[in-house]
Amino acid sequence: MQQKRGIDFIVGLFVLGGLAALVFLALRVGNLSSASVNNAYHLYAEFDNIGGLKLKAPVTMAGVNIGRVTDVKIDKEFYTAVVELSIDANYDNLPEDTSAAILTSGLLGAQYVGLEPGAEETYLKQGDKIEITQSSLVLENLISTFVTSGAGGGSAAQSNSNADEFE
Amino acid sequence: MNWIADVGAKALSIVSNLGLAGRFFAILAGASLRALGRFSLVIKQLYAVGVLTLLIILVSGLFVGMVLGLQGYYTLVSFGAESSLGLVVALSLTRELGPVLSALLFAGRAGSALTAEIGLMKATQQLDAMEMMATDPVPMVIAPRFLAGLIALPLLSAIFTAVGVIGGYLIGVQQLGLDSGVYWSAMQEGVDFYADIINGVIKSMVFGLIVTFIAVYQGYFAIPTSEGVSRATTRTVVNASLSVLGLDYVLTALMFGEV
Repeated sequence: MQQKRGIDFIVGLFVLGGLAALVFLALRVGNLSSASVNNAYHLYAEFDNIGGLKLKAPVTMAGVNIGRVTDVKIDKEFYTAVVELSIDANYDNLPEDTSAAILTSGLLGAQYVGLEPGAEETYLKQGDKIEITQSSLVLENLISTFVTSGAGGGSAAQSNSNADEFE
Repeated sequence: MNWIADVGAKALSIVSNLGLAGRFFAILAGASLRALGRFSLVIKQLYAVGVLTLLIILVSGLFVGMVLGLQGYYTLVSFGAESSLGLVVALSLTRELGPVLSALLFAGRAGSALTAEIGLMKATQQLDAMEMMATDPVPMVIAPRFLAGLIALPLLSAIFTAVGVIGGYLIGVQQLGLDSGVYWSAMQEGVDFYADIINGVIKSMVFGLIVTFIAVYQGYFAIPTSEGVSRATTRTVVNASLSVLGLDYVLTALMFGEV
């Protein structure tokens, strides 16, 4: 009887392992969850257009990954995209006039948020808003601007700073 | 001119074997429902069929995932698209490699053992002895093994897929320096729970049915000699592998065809 109980226990473990693998597939591989950066503080940035920016996209400074995008919302008053950035608490000395831009890795790669440090002496804190932002380049808009304005004056009007709109 | 008669005899025997298999399946399905009442027999078989197959599934899953990570990375990096490595690894594992490879390994590891065990029971007249005691061997011996195979393969296939994804993570992120957030986020963006994961589980249920049925069928109708049992074991592995690969095409066309 003792022997039999041992087998029951091992089979139970096996079934639990299989179910755990299914849960792992559902939550970690599939689209049923969201993860976060440990020990992070949150900053907000408003963009006219975030293009293909996705949740959990990296936030980099000088090419080094320092955080993640944890939330994307629409500002109901101004119809702009509000992006929540979780920044690793080790990097708590970002100057207040730091600017954020949505960039693309490679020609067709994933989009990420690049931070460019400013020169202020005071630092951004939890819940602060990054004032100077640059939207993502939308290829179709870029091409249509280029086509309608003729090949000569093709300046990409899409990527203007919207810093002063909300002062 | 004898060969013309041989062709006819061969065709007749194939058709009547199919009929026998169909009849056996109907009896087995009924017996399996009754065997659910004696679940301790099923648990004993789950140990033999599932737990003992776990090691080969874990090791193969890990290495398949690592190879996918390596090959995928080197192919994608030349397009600057290595950020979709996680998606490539997860989609190939959940849709195809997880169900198919674990079914093939299952046929080799557990299916052959089932056939040999049942065939030897027949060769040593244990099944006849049970019938002498007015005990039907199908619900006592065959049905618990069949049920155990049905339950074990979907679980094994889920474990294979999960371990494979972790293997891809080890190579892509830990060794080749891809960002871990990009790996998981590309995966979660592109893998749909119902369209990909559930369809993969359905595939492995169908494979579990076909592999275990072929194994118990070949064992039950093996010629009761040592040569007959060895031939039946070989046929189990060959027929089960071919059926899995053929059915996989049909299932893929049905599930993902309209996309």
